[in-house]
Amino acid sequence: MRDAADDSDSPPSHMSEDSDGSGAGAGGDTWAPDLRGANGGNNGRWAPPDQVLENVLESVLEFLTAARDRNAASLVCRSWYAAEAQTRRELFIGNCYAVSPARAVQRFAGVRAVVLKGKPRFADFSLVPNGWGARVSPWVDALGPAYPRLQRICLKRMTVSDDELALIPRSFPLFRELSLVCCDGFTTRGLAVIAEGCRHLRVLDLTEDYFHEETEVVDWISKFPECNTSLESLVFDCVSVPFNFEALEALVARSPALRRLRVNDHVSIEQLRRLMARAPHLTHLGTGSFRSEPGSSGASSVSDLATSFAAAAKSLVCLSGFLDVNAEYLPAIYPVCANLTSLNFSFASLTSEELIPVINHCVNLRVFWVLDTVGDEGLRAVAETCSDLRELRVFPLDATEDSEGSVSDVGLQAISEGCRKLESILYFCQRMTNVAVIAMSENCPDLVVFRLCIMGRHRPDRVTAEPMDEGFGAIVKNCKKLTRLSVSGLLTDKAFAYIGKYGKLIKTLSVAFAGNSDMSLQHVFEGCTKLQKLEVRDSPFGDKGLLSGMNYFYNMRFFWMNSCRLTVKGCGDVAQQMPNLVVEVMKDHPDDEGEVDTVDKLYLYRSLAGPRTDAPEFVNIL
Amino acid sequence: MEAAVGYVSGDADSLLMATELRLGLPGTDDQKSKTMFSPPATPRGKKRTADAFEDSAAAEEAHKADDDVEVAPPVAKAQVVGWPPVRSYRKSCFQAAAAASKSKANKKAEDATSSNKTTPSAAAPAAANANGGSFVKVSMDGAPYLRKIDMRMYKGYRELREALEAMFVCFSGADTAASNPSEYAITYEDKDGDLMLVGDVPFDMFSGTCKKLRIIKRSEATGLGSK
Repeated sequence: MRDAADDSDSPPSHMSEDSDGSGAGAGGDTWAPDLRGANGGNNGRWAPPDQVLENVLESVLEFLTAARDRNAASLVCRSWYAAEAQTRRELFIGNCYAVSPARAVQRFAGVRAVVLKGKPRFADFSLVPNGWGARVSPWVDALGPAYPRLQRICLKRMTVSDDELALIPRSFPLFRELSLVCCDGFTTRGLAVIAEGCRHLRVLDLTEDYFHEETEVVDWISKFPECNTSLESLVFDCVSVPFNFEALEALVARSPALRRLRVNDHVSIEQLRRLMARAPHLTHLGTGSFRSEPGSSGASSVSDLATSFAAAAKSLVCLSGFLDVNAEYLPAIYPVCANLTSLNFSFASLTSEELIPVINHCVNLRVFWVLDTVGDEGLRAVAETCSDLRELRVFPLDATEDSEGSVSDVGLQAISEGCRKLESILYFCQRMTNVAVIAMSENCPDLVVFRLCIMGRHRPDRVTAEPMDEGFGAIVKNCKKLTRLSVSGLLTDKAFAYIGKYGKLIKTLSVAFAGNSDMSLQHVFEGCTKLQKLEVRDSPFGDKGLLSGMNYFYNMRFFWMNSCRLTVKGCGDVAQQMPNLVVEVMKDHPDDEGEVDTVDKLYLYRSLAGPRTDAPEFVNIL
Repeated sequence: MEAAVGYVSGDADSLLMATELRLGLPGTDDQKSKTMFSPPATPRGKKRTADAFEDSAAAEEAHKADDDVEVAPPVAKAQVVGWPPVRSYRKSCFQAAAAASKSKANKKAEDATSSNKTTPSAAAPAAANANGGSFVKVSMDGAPYLRKIDMRMYKGYRELREALEAMFVCFSGADTAASNPSEYAITYEDKDGDLMLVGDVPFDMFSGTCKKLRIIKRSEATGLGSK
């Protein structure tokens, strides 16, 4: 399973929202002056800090890892600010445009790890036009000279070129971990430079990145050092180009620390078995195609494959891949199922008949990702077997509005009854009822993430034909730990009144095709005091709704409004009144002469860096 | 990146409304009721106003959901950009499979996915390559890298075959088997994602629908029909 999470922004700690305060800054308003070198540095304005106390403080601060805690500590007083700045090891920037690289680098001297997030999440759904921004180059240019001891870089939704990747081994001789999630702009050439140059590499995780068409694929796997490597994790299932398998097998054989390996769909079952034999201590395995080599005479039998899995059963806890699965081979994984805590079938189009026997073996499952072909019956099997389930994601095989949809409120209800410890759910369906959602809210009080996507727009309760207000209302009311919510279906302002009233811990809210009026937005802004990220699309909200958020925008990381009823004037009013907010507006068709004053896309975010200089033509910064 | 279905904003709606056929429920306000035959560019969400919408939409949606009464001949809803919110990366894996399984009734899921699924490769940017030009990827089983050819360069199947032979001769030479051209079959992936044998249809039709070429060993080609 992906650790640097995609849709959920939750695990692991280095990508977590909980690690984020306000980007690198604290509070986001006025800055205290930089106080580097305060120990001994005596500029006469105040007494030199007690050296012993400062050393103690620094030792204590080492234990604070979450950025939120560190931000708080840095606000106590100047010497705490200085000590914290010296000792912060992980720099988390939730919005790469919220602060300038120079400023971040100036404040924090001892950084060993950088996490950078670029485009807003709606970019995943083609709502952010191509070329919008989030290039990593200004950051790489600044980080290089400033942090020669940098060990770890995690990028999410940023554009990274091969040349920028090439800077990594050059600038950071101690480099250990590279994680790219939903990034684009690089090719196997860049990967080759990383493999060859980063001699201490432990982690190379490429998760759902977008690969450009390549004229020539580089054999990057062969570029790893010839000696034993320190590799612990190698994830490249999204690099869907053929590669040198023999080189991979040899690499795995000389990487004794390897625990996580996720290969792409060009790996057959026969090849998988060879890899598993070379790496008997794997904990996380991405199985590649899970299909026999076409036309090969030496095709493995199911029992051969089962033997391979039996050997791995003691260590394997997380299984994914199945990118082109041949269902006949599924029984081969039975030996490991009982030990599995995480299983990802979300790229495997399997029927419920094929899935249920596997599910029945997975008694210890905590995380399960699957396609909706599992059906309500399959979900019932999950409910009966996986009582320890914490996270469920059901993706649609056919992600169109008028698709049949194979799961419904029946499946949701079953899950709620069987998996009482559920904390996170993402559920795509076509038919839902308030009753089922209410049931889930009552049966699963530990829910932290609730994302329900009823794919048909404005679809009401399947049975009563009422809006889905009561269902979502029950969720926010009963699930007191809820921090992330995505709503769908037919919703009126009432739903948002509930959200505002009860959703006190909500940090991320996604709204689409919902609400009646600007009151909805007002309810959310006034009620959701912890709101950080708000994404809205195709809802009848206009300038009035936007303005109702004025007092709250500085507390948020960003607000994205797509295809609503905003005008340039309304957005301009906000920009004028809030100097530390960057207000970007975009039109879908910049050449369209018709409507000059309407805004198709609004992206506003707090920033200490001011309006960015790399905005393309179609972005108008007000 | 991806070609997006755009939105026609604001005032164009009223003009469209005047000319459109509508099948609203009796008694609903003309101005406010939703059109069944939305032209592709019209954003359905935008045209709504609160009350009447709820009534008409709720009732209509209930009908749709129950599949009891077909109020109108089935009109495919205008596909909206980025909805449902599934990542392009994920969508591209299944688009081909979903279309195929829809058109083939009651086929086992395994058959459909095994033959029709596109590799989970580069997302929609890659899928939209038809707009750009006529270059298609050519892969050969066992070769470490792929090639690209311009389909416009070839007038017929023979030219294409000769060009491919020339391009990949270095790889077949490495095989223990003789580099005999008849050892291999040329297949291609068409718009639906199906793997087809090259040569069945007129060349023009082929070059228009071909998305990807794949040179496979003949021994595998015999199993094509059962996939």
